[in-house]
Amino acid sequence: MSALSSRRRGAPRRPPERAELWLGALAATLLLLIAGMLAFVFKEAWPSFSHNGLAWFGSGGNTGQQLAAIYESPANPDEYVYHLRAWPLLYGTLLSTGLAVLIGLPFALLCSLFMVEFAPPGLKRIMTPVVRFLAAVPSVVYGLIGILVLAPWIDRHLVSASFKLDVNAIVPVSGGGLLLASIILMVMIVPIMIAIISDALRAVPRSWVEGSAALGVNRWRTMWKVSVRTARPAIAAAVVLATARALGEAIMLAMVSGSFIWAPNPLDGLNFFLEPIMPLAATIVGQQEGFSAVPLGQTLYAIAAVLLVSSAILSFAGWAVRQPLRKYAAR
Amino acid sequence: MSALATPPRDPRAPLPGPRRTKARDSASSWPLRDRIGLALCWGAGITLTLVAGSVLLYMCFKGITQLRPAMLWTHPSSDVDQSQTGGFLDPIQGTLMLTTIGIAIAVPIGVSVALWLVEYGRPAPLARAVESAVDIIAGSPSVVLALFGLSFFSESFLSWMSFHAEDAAFGRSFMIAGTVMSLIALPLVVGATREALLQVPNHVREASLALGKTKASTIRAVLLPAVRPGIATGTALGMGRIIGDTAIVILLLGNTLTIQPRDGAAPVVGLLQGTGSTLTSYIYGNSPTGEGNAPEKAYAAAFVLLLIVVALNALATRIARGRGKDTAWIR
Repeated sequence: MSALSSRRRGAPRRPPERAELWLGALAATLLLLIAGMLAFVFKEAWPSFSHNGLAWFGSGGNTGQQLAAIYESPANPDEYVYHLRAWPLLYGTLLSTGLAVLIGLPFALLCSLFMVEFAPPGLKRIMTPVVRFLAAVPSVVYGLIGILVLAPWIDRHLVSASFKLDVNAIVPVSGGGLLLASIILMVMIVPIMIAIISDALRAVPRSWVEGSAALGVNRWRTMWKVSVRTARPAIAAAVVLATARALGEAIMLAMVSGSFIWAPNPLDGLNFFLEPIMPLAATIVGQQEGFSAVPLGQTLYAIAAVLLVSSAILSFAGWAVRQPLRKYAAR
Repeated sequence: MSALATPPRDPRAPLPGPRRTKARDSASSWPLRDRIGLALCWGAGITLTLVAGSVLLYMCFKGITQLRPAMLWTHPSSDVDQSQTGGFLDPIQGTLMLTTIGIAIAVPIGVSVALWLVEYGRPAPLARAVESAVDIIAGSPSVVLALFGLSFFSESFLSWMSFHAEDAAFGRSFMIAGTVMSLIALPLVVGATREALLQVPNHVREASLALGKTKASTIRAVLLPAVRPGIATGTALGMGRIIGDTAIVILLLGNTLTIQPRDGAAPVVGLLQGTGSTLTSYIYGNSPTGEGNAPEKAYAAAFVLLLIVVALNALATRIARGRGKDTAWIR
């Protein structure tokens, strides 16, 4: 790590300089602060988990009503209500993230191939700014476009009036929902995936590609069989990073996911994609006004803890899949 | 660069001899499967460009038609009549203040941590722990950080940072939101500075040490000037991230339409302890999800926001040009 720390074995160790101590102390303080933050979140989250046990992650009852009951629980700490079955929230997160990554990955892979190899020079030059632009647009702008342009369009053209009328008593269907959330989420995470994958595709040793071409393999097959295979660790890293980004997206999802806690039913056929969802991060934004009620605050912390653990697992997975990348110096 | 293209040739140079074969084979001789793959590639690339183009054009169209110059310097006010709700001077000021606070905290800390990690980094376990802590911050959703800030800064020993009554702090102010914002900019600054430091060749450090300089003065006089572009890239990216973030603003800035300094405090301190809004929270509030529901104002503000963010990203790209890979923004 240290650039100049290679001292001979047995050579006297220089005492640390004052600068080192100061910088080290700062870094250690930062570490303590972050560790303290994690501990704080888990401490605050504990009552919600301990009251519900593993059933917290299960389904049962109406989650929206449960959250309302938690908010309205009596002021006496002994009578706090914590009953929560958060499955619809987890399910909404899994669905939106999963769909966005599943559709986004092949799309991003094809885009990177196009960008690195097949695009004519003019297009190639504008592809990089295009990717940067899509990554730079703030999520609230995506949410605005989603709720003002795409949701009304879906409501008019894709939602059938009879379906809307049938379910109106149970769940409001109004354009915003799983389909819209996944599509916009996909637009948000695809640029990250493209950046990582195309970076790795460019780093494929030239001689391997030329070797394949010299054997008479055409360009598409060379890319597919040599470059893409070499870039597999980068593709895994891209998926991990994009998943983490999609998990944490709150504002855009709070705007376009239909604002109703509901677990879409796969038996509804294509209407499944039009039903509203409520992912974990969006729940925090939606419920934050009731934060001052202690039990609801602790429940929100429980949701935050789930998000933190998932993103920690993902960043560990990302570290793990990057190891072979380092080995081949492909990155 | 195309992996199979011939090395770049001056277009004005005379063509080489007639025996030269075409560098690119024609796709018409490929098997059908490969041609389908190529077509998909083109499709994906064109779709991505079209999506980016339509987002850009739509926002520009909406922005130019809805934005009145007066909006930039009139205070917002709440009114049923949309023509009376004023402009978004306060949100713009809020964005500027928040960005300044966040960057003022994140850059010194981030640069110091990166310096310590690369130049000293001992004891090694501590360095690894600090690195993973920064990774965890980079990976954790901003809404989780915001939620943490909401409780942490309500603790009584931090009550000087916001409105406070006898026993409890409000926990929402510019100072608090800016502090939490610095956490989301920190990984970008650390990452960009670290990459730049790792690219400084070792003989530069050795030359300075051979002249009898201490490590501290080497850092100050040699390394810091050398990594200034890296720091600038990280700063620009961090500013973009801060300006584009909504969750922290909604949870931690009190969500008042105009800037409300704390009563009875010194001017600047009162401003820092006060509440307000930013462009992102203004857009969120004026979208159908929020209370305001004034899409025209939201579009105009989104246009301004988009201009700022895109300009910052272009700046980051420009600074980073020609200095290794431009991938710092992926974190």
